[in-house]
Amino acid sequence: MSEPSNPNNKVLGVLSWLWIGMPFTYGVYELVVKIPALFAN
Amino acid sequence: MQSVGFLSRDRIVADVGWSRWLVPPAALSIHLAIGSVYAWSVFKLPLHETLKASGLQSALPFTFGIVILGISAAVFGTAVEKRGPRWAMFVAATCFCGGLCVAAFAAEIGQMWLIIVGYGVIGGIGLGIGYISPVSTLMKWFPDRPGMATGFAIMGFGGGALIASPWSSQLMKWFGTDRQGLAATFLAMGAVYAVFMTMGVLLVRLPPPEWEPAVVRTAAPKSPHAAGPDRTANEAIKTPQFWLLWVVLCFNVTAGIGILERAAPIYRDYFPHAPSKAALTAAAAGFVAMLSLANSLGRIIWSSASDAVGRKNMYRLYLGVGAVGYLALILAQNASKPLFLVVCILLLSFYGAGFATVPAYLRDLFGYQEVGAIHGRLLTAWSTAGVLGPVIVNAIADNRIAAGVVGPDRYRWSFAIMVVLLLIALACNELIRTPQPPISVAAETDARESASVSAVEEG
Repeated sequence: MSEPSNPNNKVLGVLSWLWIGMPFTYGVYELVVKIPALFAN
Repeated sequence: MQSVGFLSRDRIVADVGWSRWLVPPAALSIHLAIGSVYAWSVFKLPLHETLKASGLQSALPFTFGIVILGISAAVFGTAVEKRGPRWAMFVAATCFCGGLCVAAFAAEIGQMWLIIVGYGVIGGIGLGIGYISPVSTLMKWFPDRPGMATGFAIMGFGGGALIASPWSSQLMKWFGTDRQGLAATFLAMGAVYAVFMTMGVLLVRLPPPEWEPAVVRTAAPKSPHAAGPDRTANEAIKTPQFWLLWVVLCFNVTAGIGILERAAPIYRDYFPHAPSKAALTAAAAGFVAMLSLANSLGRIIWSSASDAVGRKNMYRLYLGVGAVGYLALILAQNASKPLFLVVCILLLSFYGAGFATVPAYLRDLFGYQEVGAIHGRLLTAWSTAGVLGPVIVNAIADNRIAAGVVGPDRYRWSFAIMVVLLLIALACNELIRTPQPPISVAAETDARESASVSAVEEG
């Protein structure tokens, strides 16, 4: 079996990674903004 | 024991051309949701103020959740393996989101015990089944990179708290922290997670029989970390290798909890000098945030590295360098903040990596046949560590505080215990050898190898 070349697969791939990537990015952002305080003093 | 219809294994065998890279997002949609259990602490204060729950009572939903996670993974592991990942993800979503709905009802009527039952017990069953649901499927899709594949999913479990912590705090700001507000928060979380997890249920696929990626077909003879001979879960738990790995996981987790359990107080005790109390609180929060990131990233980075370096070598790193790290914290105390931070980052990355690398280690030892079920049984080590770690750290620290000890000395003895536990785990890791295959499997393997040699020669 060959690796995917189906265009539907590509769309589904982008959507599914966005589905989990967006909330994860939000979480990482909320966390990273707290870190500078660690080096403030 | 087969599930029927939409949830059955037969319905999710992938068509030709299905991308294996669609499976990690399916797994992550489950793990990012159930990983929110690590953010439970944001509910402790509201529950104390609104339902008058004591510190112990308000911690019980989390404690029950982790203990039930291990038990349900062990009990339902074989069913998950037989019925397939879609069934498992569906049951996990139902239990986890159902548990949140029960917790919402309990908050509305002001019954703390029902929150414990809903979130901790019913939700905990969802945690256990959800945690192991994608593991064997991912390793079957990525036989060339099993460590990376499971690292993705298990990073999601660490990452779940990163999302849930700010999000649930925001929900409580919108809805309030009275009984109705808490109920609305739990209900909203249950509804959103149900939709979020449904993507995983719909997207997950099993590879067709005999499928393997092109890279494995061309590079198989050079593969340095092949799967071990297939064993059932019942056979695996009768081997010393299983129990040696159980000790390795249990003590590695216990050592990580040594820092995690009291991260903010540890920082304040090591570095108490700050321009203001608010600055010290913010710095401690930054320290906790940095450890969460290290915990999450360690899962994918170190676990992926294990595909090249080997599982046993990676655990040598986690346990050996971990022991040296704790020793450095004892000896250097607060002499160097950069050293303190680097050591803590490494310790927490090894803690996360221990979870993420262990499924691939099990595959190396016991094959693919029932690796999900074996993993489920191994997770009882996590439940044990979930009790052992906090008991060691809190009991000793509380005792030292009561004795009037201040600063880093409060943690000297608990960190020393962590060094000993890590060295015991290191010794156990050294004793692990790939078990000899059962006679029938060995004969089958010999036959397969002869056939493949003939095929290569003919080709």
